[in-house]
Amino acid sequence: MQNSNTPAVSMRNITKTFGDVVANHKVDLDIFRGEVLSLLGENGSGKTTLMNMLSGIYYPDEGEILIDGKPVKISSPKDAFNYGIGMIHQHFKLVNVFTAAENIVLGMEEDYEGKHIRKGRLDIETPSERIREICDAYGFDVNPNQKVYDMSVSQKQTVEIVKALYRGAEILILDEPTAVLTPQETDKLFAVLRNMREDGKAIIIITHKLHEVEAISDKVAVLRKGEFIGELITKETNAQEMTNMMVGREVKLNIDRPEPKNPKPRLEVSGLTVRSDDGLLKLDDVSFTANTGEVLGIAGISGCGQKELLEAISGLQDIEKGDVIYINDDGSRESLIGANPIEIENKGVALSFVPEDRLGMGLVGNMDLSDNMMLRSFRKGKSIFTNRKTPRNLAQKVVNDLEVVTPGISTPVRRLSGGNVQKVLVGREIERAPSVLLTAYAVRGLDINASYTIYDLINKQKERGVAVVFVGEDLDVLLELSDRILVLCGGKVSGIIDGRTADKNEVGLLMTRIGGEKIG
Amino acid sequence: MDKNKKKEPLIHITKRKEISRSREWAIRLGSILIALIVCAIITTLTTHLNPLSVYASMWEGSFGSERKMWALSKELSILLMVSVALAPSFKMKFWNLGGEGQVLAGVLATSACMITLGGKIDNAPLILMSLVTALIAGAVWAFIPAFFRAKWNTNETLFTLMMNYVATQIVAYFIIRWESPKGSGKVGIINSNTEAGWLPYVAGKQYLLVVLVAIVVTILMYIYLKYSKQGYELSVVGESENTARYVGINVGKVIMRTLIVTGLVCGLTGFLLVAATDHTITTTLAGGRGFLGVMVAWLAHFNPIGMVLSGLLIVFMSRGASEISTAFGLNRSFGDIITGIILFFVIGSEFFINYKVHFRKSGKEAADA
Repeated sequence: MQNSNTPAVSMRNITKTFGDVVANHKVDLDIFRGEVLSLLGENGSGKTTLMNMLSGIYYPDEGEILIDGKPVKISSPKDAFNYGIGMIHQHFKLVNVFTAAENIVLGMEEDYEGKHIRKGRLDIETPSERIREICDAYGFDVNPNQKVYDMSVSQKQTVEIVKALYRGAEILILDEPTAVLTPQETDKLFAVLRNMREDGKAIIIITHKLHEVEAISDKVAVLRKGEFIGELITKETNAQEMTNMMVGREVKLNIDRPEPKNPKPRLEVSGLTVRSDDGLLKLDDVSFTANTGEVLGIAGISGCGQKELLEAISGLQDIEKGDVIYINDDGSRESLIGANPIEIENKGVALSFVPEDRLGMGLVGNMDLSDNMMLRSFRKGKSIFTNRKTPRNLAQKVVNDLEVVTPGISTPVRRLSGGNVQKVLVGREIERAPSVLLTAYAVRGLDINASYTIYDLINKQKERGVAVVFVGEDLDVLLELSDRILVLCGGKVSGIIDGRTADKNEVGLLMTRIGGEKIG
Repeated sequence: MDKNKKKEPLIHITKRKEISRSREWAIRLGSILIALIVCAIITTLTTHLNPLSVYASMWEGSFGSERKMWALSKELSILLMVSVALAPSFKMKFWNLGGEGQVLAGVLATSACMITLGGKIDNAPLILMSLVTALIAGAVWAFIPAFFRAKWNTNETLFTLMMNYVATQIVAYFIIRWESPKGSGKVGIINSNTEAGWLPYVAGKQYLLVVLVAIVVTILMYIYLKYSKQGYELSVVGESENTARYVGINVGKVIMRTLIVTGLVCGLTGFLLVAATDHTITTTLAGGRGFLGVMVAWLAHFNPIGMVLSGLLIVFMSRGASEISTAFGLNRSFGDIITGIILFFVIGSEFFINYKVHFRKSGKEAADA
C-alpha cells in the first residue's frame, strides 16, 4: 500500500488550450486514496477537460501528472486503464444488445489477473463470477446476464462503474452521475461510493448539485474559468461559500416564488392517453389544469411520460384519447387536439415550448443565432423570400438581454456552451410573448449562474400571467419554484400537491407509485 | 527511469474551431500543388516523360483552342446543372443517388417528343412540348422515391439507386422500338435531316444556349437555397427533422417538394442533352454525371456558385486526362491515375480544413498542416 501522504493522483501545473481558448491554466490538483473529491465549477470552467486529460482523451499542453508520486504520460484511454484510472461518462458507452457481462469484458484480452481469457473462445463464466464478487463487495445490484436494453438508466450506470472496477480501476472519475437518477437511486449510488472509499479507492465526482457535494464528498476543489481557485474541506464549508467561490462573487441562493396573482384556468387537460409507435402506453388518463400566473411543476422519474405530455399539448404527438382545452381570457374554450404547432398558432394561442432536446428539437445546431430565431418567424409575410432583418435584431436583443456569451450572432449555436444554448432557446420562446410556457428540464446541464437566470426568466413570465408548466428533475428546485407539483409515474398522475407545503420525501415516494399504489 | 515512462504522442489531432476563408483556400491550393508534385514524380518514374510537358498538354486539352474551350464549357454546363439539381436534395440530407435516372427520364421524354412529333408540328411548339414533358418526367422520377420516403420512411439511397436501373431499362426498350437504321440497335441522330426539335444556335454558337441556361439555373438555385423560405425549410429538415416538426414544418411535404425541384432541373438537363448537344438517345447519355454531380456538390459544400469551381476542376481533369493519353500514346488509365491522385489530395484537404494536426514539440512551435 502507498504511503497515505502520497496522493494517488497529482496534477501539476496543467495547461490545455484549444486554439485561442484556454480550457485549463496551471491547474494543480491532488486526489488521495480513501477520499471522495468533488470537482465544482460552472459550465466551461474546465472540469471535464481536466478529467479528460486524466483519462487519456486529451493530452495536456504543459504540466505533468503523477500517479503515486511517479510522473506518467497518459496518451490514450488504454494508458489510463493501465494506471487504474476509470471514467464514467455522462453518456453511457454500452452495447444495447449485449448482456452486462459481455459489455464489461468487451475489448479486454486479459482478465483481472492478467491471464488471457480469449484463446479463440469467449469465456463469459469466469468474468461473470468475478463481476458477482465485485458486486457483493460494494453492494451493487447487477445481474451479469441481463441485456442492457432491459436496464433502467441507473442499472446502466452501475454496469459502467462495475466495468471500470473490473478493469482494476483504483481511481474513479464520475461525470455528473446523479443527473439521471431519482433521489432514491442517488442514495443507493452514494452508499456504493462510500463502500468504495472505505476500500481505499480515490473517487472524483463532478456535479452541479451542492447538497450532493455536501452529502458525499470529503473535499471540494473549485475551478473557475480554467483556473484552480481553491480546495475546501466539505465539513468546514457551506453551499453559499462554495457558490461564491465558483462564480467569483456573491450569489443569492434562494429561488423566488412570488404568490400567483389572480390565477385563472388556462389549460385544461382531461383524460389524455398516448401510446408510443410500438403500442406502449406512455400517458394513461392524465388530467390536470394549468392556471395563469402559476408554475405547475411536473416531477417524475425520467421517461414516465413527461416528454409525451408536453409534446401532446404542443401538437407534436398523436393522442389516443382525451382533450386539451385552451381557455381564452374571455372564457371561450378551444380544443388543441389534432392541431399541429402552426394550426395552434393560427388559433391565436401563443404556446411556447422549450423541449428537452435543445439542439435536436428546439434549435438547429449548425445554424447561427439569427437563423435559429427565424425558426419561429420565417413564414411571416407574403414574400417567397425570408426576412432576415427581424430575426437578426431579435438575436441581438436576446444576446443583450440574457447576456449570452457568443462571438456574435452569426456563430452556429452548437459552438456555444450548454447554458448559452439554453438562453438562446428560452429567449426565443419568451420573445413570442406566450400565454402558456412549457419547459422540459430547462436547467439540465446548466451551471448555477445560468440556472438562476432561467429561474428568474420563468418567474418573470409567471408574473406576466403566463401559465408555466415546468418539467424538472431536481426535486429541491421543483419544491422551491413550483406553486403546485404534479407527480407522474409510469404515465399516470400519482398525485398533485401544493409546492409550498410538500416535502421531498413525499414527492420521492409518489414518483415510484402508480396512482398511489406501490409497484413491485 | 520508470519503465512506465512514455513519450508524448508524436502526432495528435484536434478539431479546428474556426478557420479564416483565406487560410481555407491556402490549404486547398496547397493540396493541389502537392498533388501536382506527386503526379510529376509518378509521371517521371513510370513514363520517363517530362512532367511539365504532360501538364502543358493537359492544359492544351481543355483550353488549347476555341473548339476545345467550347467543348469544356458545354461539359461543365451539363455537369454543373446536374450538381445544382442535386444540391437541394443533399442539403436536405436526402441521399439522392438517382440523378442518373432523373436525367434519363428527361432524355427519354424529349426524344419521344422529337421522334413521334418531329415534322408533324412546328418547331416552336415541338421544343416547348419536349421541354415540358422532360421537366415533368424528371420531376416524376424524383418524386416517386420522395413519396415513399415521406409516407413510409423507405431508404432513399437504395430507392433512388434502383430507379436508375429502371430508367436505363425503359430507355433500352425504347431504343429498340425507335432504332434507326433497323437492326443497328441504336437510335442515331434524331431528325438529322429536318433538325426538328433541335434548339437553335445562339449567336451562331451551338453551346452558348446551354451555357446561358446553366448560368441562370445556378444563380436561381443559389438564391433559392440561400434566401427563399422553401430553401430555409429544407435546410431545417436536413439538419433535424424533429426541429422541423417542432416549428410546424410538414416534413413529408418538404421532402416531396424538394425532390420535385431536383427532378425539374434534372429533367431540364436531359432536355438539353438531347435537344441541344447530343441529338440522340443512348442508355449512357447521362454519362455518370448523376454520381459525379454528387461529388461536385459535396466539394462545394452545396453552394451552387462554388460548384462552378469544383465542376471546372473535375471537367478540366477528365478532358486533360484524355488529351494526354492521346498526345503521348499512353494508356487511358494513366490519365485516370493522374485524375485520381489530384482528387485524392483535394478531398483530403477537407480533413486539414476541419482538423489541425500537432506534432510533438521539439523546441519549435508545432508545425501546422
